[in-house]
Amino acid sequence: MQDMTWFTLASTVAAAVAIALGAMFPALAMGRAIVQALDALARQPEAEKSITRTLFIGLAMIESLAIYVLVVVLIILFRNPLLQYLVK
Amino acid sequence: MTMATNDQFETVLFNLGPLPISQTVVTTWAVMLCLLLISWLSARRLKLEPGPWQVALEGVVGAIQDAIDAVLPQHALIVLPFVGSLWIFAVFANLIGIIPGLHGPTADLSTTSALALLVFLSVHWYGIRIHGLRRYVRHYLEPNPILLPFHIVSEISRTIALAVRLFGNIFSLEMAALLILLVAGFLVPVPVLLLHIVEALVQAYIFGMLALIYIAGGIQSLEMKQKEG
Repeated sequence: MQDMTWFTLASTVAAAVAIALGAMFPALAMGRAIVQALDALARQPEAEKSITRTLFIGLAMIESLAIYVLVVVLIILFRNPLLQYLVK
Repeated sequence: MTMATNDQFETVLFNLGPLPISQTVVTTWAVMLCLLLISWLSARRLKLEPGPWQVALEGVVGAIQDAIDAVLPQHALIVLPFVGSLWIFAVFANLIGIIPGLHGPTADLSTTSALALLVFLSVHWYGIRIHGLRRYVRHYLEPNPILLPFHIVSEISRTIALAVRLFGNIFSLEMAALLILLVAGFLVPVPVLLLHIVEALVQAYIFGMLALIYIAGGIQSLEMKQKEG
């Protein structure tokens, strides 16, 4: 039972840390991207359409990093493949 | 709790012979049937002086065509049917999770993988259709044959990313609403549901836009070279 406790503790902590970091850094990157886009928009308001489109695509690309972290965290919490060595 | 939250999205409704039919399949087909019926009924009697319903639908198609025109001006009409229906389906598939008791089909990795596979195949289909097989395959060897593995890896990874992005977003939204419902029951999940609407529309837009850009990339990388040469 001791093993199980440690396993649960470790996976919970790992999941929390992972999602914290995985939300933090993409947020910083998205902030930078939005700042640059607003800067470009202020300089050249007539290019609004293409800037908005490119910004959305870029944000989607950055956001998918956070989503990868979320998927990994969900696997750790709900379907951890390493659990079978312990339960056996 | 552990498995309950996860298995909720894989409920098997009934069996069709040896084939288990999950809720996702039923919802997907229902959405497809509704869209098909609505578009068939409204396209049956088109008038030169349109009523309000026809004006609304023309607005939707016009907006889609404008968006495609901005990215791919030369071949907009060839790509329009595929990307347009992808957009419309994605919007309704994402939004259907709002209805209580139903889960969006896009909260299932199988649906999004199927959509991403369609996009993957259509990139090559449109590329070959417009440029011919030989020229299209040759563009994988540009600018240097050494880069061929990188081209292939990028094709595969961006297809997986397309599937996982849509799945992750919609799944996490529904899951967040569920968890908040467990913590605080009454009225608190409403803002999360509002966020769900916004995010569903944004994700549908992004999915269709990325599909469009991948298709445009397959077509235009050859045309750029032509202009230079």
